[in-house]
Amino acid sequence: MHFRKRAPSHSAPADNSVGSPIVDGPTVGPIIGAAMEIDGQHTPQQVIAGLRATGEGEDLVQLLTPEGQRVSHPQFDLEISPAEIRELYRDMVLVRRADREANALQRQGQLGLWAPLLGQEAAQIGAGRALAPQDMAFPSYREHGVAWCRGVDPTELFGIFRGIDQGSWDPIATGFGLYAIVVGSQCLHATGYAMGQRLDGKIGNAETGEATLCFFGDGASSQGDVHEGFVWAAVYDAPVVFFCQNNQWAISAPLDRQSRVPLYRRARGYGFPGVQVDGNDVLATLAVTRWALRECRTGNGPVLIEACTYRMDAHTTSDDPTRYRLADELEEWKLKDPLERVRVHLVREGLAEQEFFNGVATEAEELAVRLRNYCTSMPAPGPERIFSKIYAEPSPSLDSARAEHLAYHASFADREPGSEPGSEH
Amino acid sequence: MATTGEPQMITLAKGINQGLRAAMDADSKVIVMGEDVGRLGGVFRITDGLQKDFGEQRVLDTPLGESGIIGTAVGLAVRGYRPVCEIQFDGFVYPAFDQIVTQLARLHYRSQGKLRMPVVVRIPHGGGIGAVEHHSESPESYFAHTPGLRVVACSNPVDAYWMIQQAIACDDPVIFFEPKRRYWEKASLDLSVAPPPLFRSRLLRSGGTATVVAYGPTVRTVLDAATVAERDGQQLEVIDLRTLSPLDLAPVFDSVRRTGRLICVSEAPGEASLIAEVAARVSQECFYSLEAPVLRVTGFDTPYPPAKCEEDYLPDLDRVLDALDRVLAY
Repeated sequence: MHFRKRAPSHSAPADNSVGSPIVDGPTVGPIIGAAMEIDGQHTPQQVIAGLRATGEGEDLVQLLTPEGQRVSHPQFDLEISPAEIRELYRDMVLVRRADREANALQRQGQLGLWAPLLGQEAAQIGAGRALAPQDMAFPSYREHGVAWCRGVDPTELFGIFRGIDQGSWDPIATGFGLYAIVVGSQCLHATGYAMGQRLDGKIGNAETGEATLCFFGDGASSQGDVHEGFVWAAVYDAPVVFFCQNNQWAISAPLDRQSRVPLYRRARGYGFPGVQVDGNDVLATLAVTRWALRECRTGNGPVLIEACTYRMDAHTTSDDPTRYRLADELEEWKLKDPLERVRVHLVREGLAEQEFFNGVATEAEELAVRLRNYCTSMPAPGPERIFSKIYAEPSPSLDSARAEHLAYHASFADREPGSEPGSEH
Repeated sequence: MATTGEPQMITLAKGINQGLRAAMDADSKVIVMGEDVGRLGGVFRITDGLQKDFGEQRVLDTPLGESGIIGTAVGLAVRGYRPVCEIQFDGFVYPAFDQIVTQLARLHYRSQGKLRMPVVVRIPHGGGIGAVEHHSESPESYFAHTPGLRVVACSNPVDAYWMIQQAIACDDPVIFFEPKRRYWEKASLDLSVAPPPLFRSRLLRSGGTATVVAYGPTVRTVLDAATVAERDGQQLEVIDLRTLSPLDLAPVFDSVRRTGRLICVSEAPGEASLIAEVAARVSQECFYSLEAPVLRVTGFDTPYPPAKCEEDYLPDLDRVLDALDRVLAY
């Protein structure tokens, strides 16, 4: 018997007929990723039960069950109006539609790549809507829902994935940092920014105080920069909420490749609170994140939130999840869909009419059309973009390199008029 | 430090210390951060007294983690601060390499100017102090190879005083190399003499026999070699590069067009190094002026050796003069 399980290997195809023993360590719950160990003792259902148990431990904060039932929580309850719930639902529908459209655009060759958020809408909208205008958020590269909440239009994300730019929005004006592709690097930036908020004397008031919200994933939790971010934030009492979307998979590596313990429990070792929330429950995510940001505003930061969710699509459009995870697992998580439970709740409690749902659906289709039209007409940058704004201060050597390269372009005799570099601008 | 009056003799270490002090006086957004920079004043005492005078809010003793120092400095820069980070020794910059290369160097480009990164990373570099492993490295080529960074190396107390202030005032990230074995060398600082711009190389000694280019700790070595060579009637023209990225090679080209001979001196391993770039550029720009191949006098293409071997490893006066003999043999 192993104390820890091996991760599924790339070469072993998913096999529904076998499983492995789910072993309890002294402090370790059932660990995911065991599905492909060959011992014949467990059914796929038992394996999936183990997967669920790891993603959602006994401390999971939930305010809306997968069946759409509103439940209360002694610490993290939420006063919220039907209109606000409808607004959260609308957000989630729209970002899902934008995500699906982007995925389709990639399949049609209009985007070079897309990192889908499918399944993580509640985690991102719940966290994003907890932010106040004066707050700062540092994303990883899948935070399309948070971008939405910060007023960064999906079209601005397209530039990155179409190869037009590397993030066109203004991080200061929007309060939303650029996408961080080096996994975990942003946790130090968020911590440093939060240290600055403290140095600026911007904490102390629960309403007007500032806080920083840092997004990362279960895979990033193994990066040294995340660990250092935790250490720095703790010793400087930085007003930063580390928001970990545990979507269960780091490309093909399951959570048990990253940690023996549920991720939220790591916070204790650094000396700050960790909370595990149902990341598919937008109400719980909103409540917990609001609480955590408030803790930071009043000087009680940092806080770690582990939002348990599921990456329902591939890591990116280049990925093939069928090589490393069971289809049953996805089916299981579909029952916990973050949008569906809100829809059911709104309907069951009579908080929204069919007209509302129709309106949101129409709006989503209009958004998709707008995104598609924008994407296919985005102008490509000319070669001068290579040399653009590498430095804040003058750079004569780059000026020369640019001039030389443009002269090289101009030296082709067969260049058609109007196709000079930069003519598309 | 008085802003007027008689020139003062200061060490290179004091020059940086006083330069930091002046920069912190001038701009409240300038903060100093690093391991042991506060109460201790840094292992080389470069930040001596700064925490006492500017407080713990502006001189931050950080936890021990170089990536953490640079990564949080990036966040502080987003917030509007101008962090000056101390990396305790050259060989300890590598844990921060990722943050420097993938984040600090690129955020201005990635954001197309919406984010500025006025961060200075101070690194004591080079050998010659009999240290244990990882305390004597010359990693400057890695950084000069990284677009988005500016890289400078001071060689003397006067430059140290001015260059650190200019680096802090620069809106781009600057990797600031300090020649640790020269920390205690002295020179007269006259504040009434305006400094040259930061990103300029500098002619230190004129001569027609050959041009010798150096930076950081080997500048003193080369000046000493020039003094000895003069006894043999050979006049070395010595140029201190000062800026490693961008390179300022116009004075080098001018010089080589006059002397026809170039020797480049650096402690770093020579292969694929910064001075290899100098050699390539000079061969491109001064092809018809060269009377001899460009020679490099460098550390060897080996890991930095145990300290008892470093006298042999480091370019010294004799190796510079040997190179001079060789370029004159053509």
